[in-house]
Amino acid sequence: MTWGSAAEFFAMGGYGFYVWGSFGVAAACMLVEPLLVIRRHRAARSETGENS
Amino acid sequence: MTSTMQANTRFFTFASPPRFYALAGKLIPWLWIATALLAYAGLYIGFFEAPTDATQGDAYRIIFIHVPAAWMSMLLYMVMAFWAAIGWAFNARLASMVARAIAPTGAMFTVIALWSGALWGKPTWGTWWVWDARLTSELILLFLYLGYMALVNAIDDIRRADQAGALLAVIGSVNVPIIYFSVKWWNTLHQGATISATAAPKMVATMLTAMLLMTLACWAYAFAVVFTRTRAIIAERERDAKWLSGVSP
Repeated sequence: MTWGSAAEFFAMGGYGFYVWGSFGVAAACMLVEPLLVIRRHRAARSETGENS
Repeated sequence: MTSTMQANTRFFTFASPPRFYALAGKLIPWLWIATALLAYAGLYIGFFEAPTDATQGDAYRIIFIHVPAAWMSMLLYMVMAFWAAIGWAFNARLASMVARAIAPTGAMFTVIALWSGALWGKPTWGTWWVWDARLTSELILLFLYLGYMALVNAIDDIRRADQAGALLAVIGSVNVPIIYFSVKWWNTLHQGATISATAAPKMVATMLTAMLLMTLACWAYAFAVVFTRTRAIIAERERDAKWLSGVSP
């Protein structure tokens, strides 16, 4: 195991800001994009329902 | 001859929007499960099994998102240009819809690659950004994605929009090999390829495993999102079609 404690893990050997900044923004993008797409699909389907 | 024709019929069956809509709807939940499992495995190995790098310390762990995102940004552009060209050449509606559905996801991976690259460049090179060949051509890739999206949305006639978009996508695809080979062709600050088909990878096995698992996770993610967006586009275009109300969302 590389890490002695949770604090050490989050510090990333002093590079915490860069490592978590990269993964944090990537995770945020990859959570928001699916939500927006699912919402777009739902919106399209609900309009379909009104027309039929 | 007959068997080839039958195979063709079966292959092209899914080129019809209703068939694709139903098939993609069944696949999407499994693609999300695959994304979650692969990302979990990749992150676990990347953060808990892979050792600290001798020269870069733990800053190198950015590679586990940076390289998969950069690969996806280039791959998705080529796939987008391919389907846009197919849609243009054969007037295949679904192919053009898939090309439209890929663009935002490709742009997102480009942003992640540039962002994580800046956050990796600062501690290792001492700068967030340099105008070198690799970084500049990747930034141009982002503008190509944004240009394609703006173009197809700016033209109201769907077929004309798809044709104009296909032209832009195909011409822009010349940029992808430029990105890929930029580190060979020019003297860049960016390091060369970590993995190539001809040489043994210059990485510890656990690092390589984590990076490949993260790449597969990004693949599954891209399929899931692009399929969902394609279904949304189909639903928007076919909102008056009878078949749609019979298919579960």
